[in-house]
Amino acid sequence: MADMMKKVPVREQDAKVRAANFEEVCLGYNQEEAMEEAQRCLNCKNARCVQGCPVSIDIPGFIEKVKAGDMEAAYQVISCSSALPAVCGRVCPQESQCEGKCVRGIRGEAVSIGKLERFVADWARSNGIRPEGASEKKGKKVAVIGSGPAGLTCAGDLARMGYEVTIFEALHEPGGVLVYGIPEFRLPKEEVVHKEIENVKSLGVRIETDVIVGKSVTIDELMEEEGYSAVFIGSGAGLPKFMGIPGENANGVFSANEYLTRSNLMKAFQEGSATPIMKSRKVAVVGGGNVAMDAARTALRLGAEVHIVYRRSEEELPARVEEVHHAKEEGIIFDLLTNPVEILEDEKGWVKGMTCVRMELGEPDASGRRRPVTIPGSEFTLELDTVIMALGTSPNPLISSTTEGLEVNRHRCIVAREEDGQTSKTAVFAGGDAVTGAATVILAMGAGKAAAKGIDEYLSGK
Amino acid sequence: MYPILEAKKLTSNIYWMEVKAERVAKSCQPGQFVIVRTGADSERIPLTICDYDREKGTIIIVFQPVGASTYEMTSLQAGDAFHDVVGPLGCPSDLVSEPVEELKKKRILFVAGGVGTAPVYPQVKWLAKRGVRADVIVGAKTKDLLILEEEMKAVAGNLYVTTDDGSYGRSGMVTKTIQDLVEQEGKTYDVCIAIGPMIMMKFVCKTTEALGIPTVVSLNPIMVDGTGMCGACRVTVGGEVKFACVDGPEFDGHKVNFDEAMQRQQIYKTQEGRAYLAAKEKETHHGGCGNCGGEK
Repeated sequence: MADMMKKVPVREQDAKVRAANFEEVCLGYNQEEAMEEAQRCLNCKNARCVQGCPVSIDIPGFIEKVKAGDMEAAYQVISCSSALPAVCGRVCPQESQCEGKCVRGIRGEAVSIGKLERFVADWARSNGIRPEGASEKKGKKVAVIGSGPAGLTCAGDLARMGYEVTIFEALHEPGGVLVYGIPEFRLPKEEVVHKEIENVKSLGVRIETDVIVGKSVTIDELMEEEGYSAVFIGSGAGLPKFMGIPGENANGVFSANEYLTRSNLMKAFQEGSATPIMKSRKVAVVGGGNVAMDAARTALRLGAEVHIVYRRSEEELPARVEEVHHAKEEGIIFDLLTNPVEILEDEKGWVKGMTCVRMELGEPDASGRRRPVTIPGSEFTLELDTVIMALGTSPNPLISSTTEGLEVNRHRCIVAREEDGQTSKTAVFAGGDAVTGAATVILAMGAGKAAAKGIDEYLSGK
Repeated sequence: MYPILEAKKLTSNIYWMEVKAERVAKSCQPGQFVIVRTGADSERIPLTICDYDREKGTIIIVFQPVGASTYEMTSLQAGDAFHDVVGPLGCPSDLVSEPVEELKKKRILFVAGGVGTAPVYPQVKWLAKRGVRADVIVGAKTKDLLILEEEMKAVAGNLYVTTDDGSYGRSGMVTKTIQDLVEQEGKTYDVCIAIGPMIMMKFVCKTTEALGIPTVVSLNPIMVDGTGMCGACRVTVGGEVKFACVDGPEFDGHKVNFDEAMQRQQIYKTQEGRAYLAAKEKETHHGGCGNCGGEK
């Protein structure tokens, strides 16, 4: 019998091999491994893992089915709560959510809930199992803006309740950050994302691409002229931030959003792609979040030497531990406690280096993290040809500026009630990064789910 | 899919298309642009909306092939379709939001260069419909590259055509015509709107700055999404970084850092040029694209 205190290890592509390809890093469990791992679940009566899940999946419930080898039943348990299990099984920060609460974790390792969810979702997909749709129609139309995690979840839940749902997507392809932001090697597009979107469509959800709400059509027009009774705004994070240091507009400085969109959405990582991407020799990615790790690991796979430049220490890196671990294994160099002060250009305006200073940690700041302070006289220059800024985003004003009566806060994020997504405008709900600022896939899904419930209550109360 | 109702060549290398895009045609205003994609794997190409018909649900686009992706667009005919047309993007021209009575008091000069004549046309037409007649300078390298002359004549107050080589109309660059009109021919203008190649707009701005004419330019930097998400289109205006797709595309020309903007247009020049070569040479292609390894 295996050690019950430890997770059944998951197979991964070798670090050296995967550093040169865009295939998925984690290979996932097979059925035997999944059933073995499922044995470790104690099936707690008052399951703490469920409280840790933003979409409240009945975790012990689906794991019981895996134990019994009934994968189809396990999938139906999950899909009652989540529209995107194959995505969540891959990109959720389980260590701080479900697995972070697992009783097994007190004395050993938590049950590998994420990997089990992924296995069940992948099994369902390869066996052609789809989620169950609505039995009766409500006869009311709801518009969902944005086809990222918040929008897909909200749309899926509403469709299951019997509403007629249309998603409006600004880009040419649905999926939002799942398609333009998260790279292929963490979340395969064709195999996983497209199939999950097909599942949402199979519930009756219609997706109209190439529509920019706020430009192509306004929220008021959707409600007054196109017959939508309610609207959910899940339009995502928005405009990339830059540092405001000299040289930032030099050729070879990109936002992580641009770099990742070129590679992920436009497929610039593939040979012969119509959309170009800079062929870099040495790259600095500024920032320490998941997006920084994604940009760094993409640049590495495109053949560059890559440095993560982050002003605090490893402990404060906001990225998931697993992503940092994978990045290190693949050969990303971490220049921690380092802060850029200027980007240097050659005579033709191309990046040739970046001047940085060393930092040390002082007293804790408002975020509770120790504030980085510059060490005087510590300036040095990194020679580079590319700098990628992964500093987060600020809200896109496209919708808030064209929708009368929609309140925004001082950060220009849309104000929405947490429990049901209700905004200051009647019949308009919102959730995800448009409300919270850049956060995670699963938090956006949680907000989409809460809003679906809110919309249903609003429309049935009428 | 977005069907092409009509496609024609205006000159040997400038193409005109009428495309069905109902949501865009319904809501667009002069000064805005669309992003188009030819096929399922094509690049996203930003193009200014050159005219629109709200009843028919169509827009007009005019373009000149510069890289592999715009070259791919030249093969499209009436009956074909674009895979994607998204918009309208960017802010409408400032003129649109001004009261007509104010506009009527203004002496407005448009300066159009090359394919930039196409985006100037809807603005002049929009004004003419409201009884405001603006003067228009159209510049082209040579007579054969001149476009939309008749259309423009019908809506402009005075139309001044100039060719670089003197083969038609006046002779010389558009900046010479601006100087001649103001300094020799007694014209005065309250505002100038210049649309054309970046280098032309730069020199128009130098000229109008010296003449004290406030000038608006429409920038066409590299873009990916066109909704503010990627930041590729950032330009420095009056020392501040702006995104052309959401803050523009029109800016105060006297404040734009043109040298930086022109430099930023070069980022993918070689890569684009190589892809163009590969597409054009097809089976005779033997390296130089940067993809096949033939150059190594």
